[in-house]
Amino acid sequence: MELVPLREGFMLAGVLFALGLIGMLVRRNLIFTLMSIEVMLNAAGLAFVVAGARWGQPDGQVIFLFILAMAATEVSVGLALALELYRQYKSLDTDVISRMKG
Amino acid sequence: MLKLLWLVPAIPFAGALVLAVLGARMSHKRVTVVGVGTVAASAFISILIATVFLSAPPASGMYTQTLWTWIDVGSFRPQIAFYLDALSLVMMLVVTFVSFLIHLYSAEFMRTDEGYSRFFAYMNLFVACMVTLLLADNLLLLYLGWEGVGLCSYLLIGFWYQDPVNGLAGRKAFIVTRVGDTAMAIGLFLLFHSLGTLRIQDLLHTAQVQWSTGSAYAIAAAALLLGGAVGKSAQLPLQTWLPDAMAGPTPTSALIHAATMVTAGVYLIARTHVLFELAPPVQFAVAAIGAATLLMAGFSALTQNDIKRVLAYSTVSQIGYMFLALGVGAWGAAIFHFMTHAFFKALLFLAAGIIIEALHHEHDIFRMGGLRKELPVAFWTFLIAGCSLAGLPLITAGYYSKDLILWSAGSSAAGSTVLWAAGIAGVVLTSLYTFRLIFLVFFGPVRTPVTKQPGLAMTIPVCVLAVLSIVGGFDKVPFARFIATALPTLPEAVGGITETLSSIVAALAFLCGLLGAWFVYQRNPALATAMVENPAGRVLHRFWFSDWGMDWLYHRLFVRPVVWIARVNKADVVDSIYVGLASLATFCYRVLSLTETGKLRWYAAWIAGGTVAFVAIVMFL
Amino acid sequence: MTIVFYVAGAVAILSTALMITRLHAVHALLYLIVSLLAVSVVFYTLGAPFIAALEVIVYAGAIMVLFVFVVMLLNLGERAAQAERALLKPSMWAGPSVLAVILVGEFLYLLAKSSGGSSGTAMMGPREVGASLFGPYLIGVELASILLLGGLVGAYHLGSRNPSNPEVR
Repeated sequence: MELVPLREGFMLAGVLFALGLIGMLVRRNLIFTLMSIEVMLNAAGLAFVVAGARWGQPDGQVIFLFILAMAATEVSVGLALALELYRQYKSLDTDVISRMKG
Repeated sequence: MLKLLWLVPAIPFAGALVLAVLGARMSHKRVTVVGVGTVAASAFISILIATVFLSAPPASGMYTQTLWTWIDVGSFRPQIAFYLDALSLVMMLVVTFVSFLIHLYSAEFMRTDEGYSRFFAYMNLFVACMVTLLLADNLLLLYLGWEGVGLCSYLLIGFWYQDPVNGLAGRKAFIVTRVGDTAMAIGLFLLFHSLGTLRIQDLLHTAQVQWSTGSAYAIAAAALLLGGAVGKSAQLPLQTWLPDAMAGPTPTSALIHAATMVTAGVYLIARTHVLFELAPPVQFAVAAIGAATLLMAGFSALTQNDIKRVLAYSTVSQIGYMFLALGVGAWGAAIFHFMTHAFFKALLFLAAGIIIEALHHEHDIFRMGGLRKELPVAFWTFLIAGCSLAGLPLITAGYYSKDLILWSAGSSAAGSTVLWAAGIAGVVLTSLYTFRLIFLVFFGPVRTPVTKQPGLAMTIPVCVLAVLSIVGGFDKVPFARFIATALPTLPEAVGGITETLSSIVAALAFLCGLLGAWFVYQRNPALATAMVENPAGRVLHRFWFSDWGMDWLYHRLFVRPVVWIARVNKADVVDSIYVGLASLATFCYRVLSLTETGKLRWYAAWIAGGTVAFVAIVMFL
Repeated sequence: MTIVFYVAGAVAILSTALMITRLHAVHALLYLIVSLLAVSVVFYTLGAPFIAALEVIVYAGAIMVLFVFVVMLLNLGERAAQAERALLKPSMWAGPSVLAVILVGEFLYLLAKSSGGSSGTAMMGPREVGASLFGPYLIGVELASILLLGGLVGAYHLGSRNPSNPEVR
């Protein structure tokens, strides 16, 4: 196994995270927002695994596992909320749900 | 026995507290018992103390009773202490005794008033504060009593507060005396700052040692104290409040504005006589103020038609005599006149009260008349008091005291013939307006019928006071000897006016006034109206009626500018700072609330932005 | 192996970028799945085959499938795509892009300052991960299970409907 340079690994994670961030800030559709969040979570987990690989310990992978579990939970609840949103407002636009304004 | 001294102010004070807290729920009789009883007890104890003091005088002629230390800050340690010497004994005795008689009188006078317990609470508090003032060992306690009597005066003048006129009169009294009180307070600061103590005896001793006669400190301190005295005693230029103070109930006018409170200024000057002796210009100012006031008030009294206002101006005038005596150094004479004045002036007011009550609250003397037969008690007592006031020779107390003042004014080193002449002119005026009053009220046809006669509670005090108005002056020599233990006596006569000459001229002046009044008001009533209708007479009449235009002057000079400033500053410049702070906070709130758009993406953007900034800070710092 | 890493990384970045710019939800989902698969390959190159497998099975297999189900349930059709086109104006990308660029810039700066280095040679397979899970990270496992239970209950509750009244749950 050849070695993977860590800098590039982290950079990859960073870029993916930034892309996810852009996606979350720009898209108004709730589904897209949730997808962007998944991207960000994935990027964070990638960073952990890279770090774990640096030290040669499975700790990074373990943490990724936990992140995975958490992402699964969050997605299920989030999508249930998205369904509820669609039912009540007949639209998936997050800007519509701004009753907490002011 | 002298240890009971503290009870004299304490009992009325307790009475005032009880009446203030429980008065509304107490029965009428119980209120009377408490209200009159406390002052009776006070008077009784005063008489006891006086007997002991006179029969077995303590060493160096004074007795101090310290209760506790009031304030203890650095070198400033005034105490609640009472100081008894001849001066304070005389004044305490007169005040408590006359107060007792007036309280007894008001038990009947105020019987139907629905503020009965409130009235007695205020009156008791007044007596307590007045006695505190008189017995105070240090100037701070004196000032406490001073302010206390001022407060009670305000409360009692505006007693019938439902009528706004009374409230305005009370406010005027309070504000005008406040001017004097402020001067006095500054004087106290000055005295403490330069002499290091406010205890009166120590203060006077230190002043004598430290300040030379005529030094700037002495003049300043004495002048400031004079300012306070002028305010409280209603002398020029702060005399405008006393005539309006007649809006209060008659017993109040009798007690506060005739016999006791208004003499507090006289007491102050007598008590701190050393300071005034160290400042001859100020002492001369005292005499000048006294002389000017007695004349001015005399002229004003000639034109009034409200019986109580005549008596008010008369009070101002008589206190002018006391100031005149103080100004020429006749300290004892001033106190003697205070004593006789307390008797006959209180009597005049009480008798006037009988008349007012009997005529169903009629105050206008031109609507009274012929009461000689209808109200004999009032007539005889009023006549006795009036003669005492005007100075009927030899048989009235007022004659002796006024005579003493006149002779001192003319013959002492600080006096002069001008002052004596002013005093004599004052006698003419006094006699004139007194007998004008008597002739108009008691002689002539009955204009308003009498509805009720006074009861026993109103008759006894006036009779007692009438007796005192006659015999009060016979003890002139023993009194002078007694008071000399506390106040310096007048040095030997220097002027050309002998005692006999002064007495004769004074007697003549009295007769002049009597005859003049008889002629104008009894013999030839049309002449009075003719004098007023005359164009010059009309101007003079209006001028003197409005107290020489002083009210108008003060209104123009002080009231209008202050009211204008208040109106201009309605939005309050100083307040705008705080309002500005509040509106700044509101503005920031409004700006910040713009960030709460309710949109999910915006919140996420803010979080991201915050993260970026935070990372930047951590990176670069 | 390093080349595989770089290629997979490039695919991941490209597909993610494409994902966030799609109008149609299903297209975006498919691109996301590609991104996840690429990241899985990256995991393998880093010596984490177990996680690589899990990424595919759980992330791409379960979570994305859930997304697909929901999208199908909502029946977002052509009309939704048109609406999306209307919403996505180029000017909307400016702000977030700037923010993200700054973030990446900071990240690069930090990385540049670090010492660098490379990953280890060991392959940490399921055995090592499992030993770690049953050992030091046992409590994490329990907590994760509670979290999943909570999510399950929440999702069920949020998703259920009272048959008589559609609005009330």
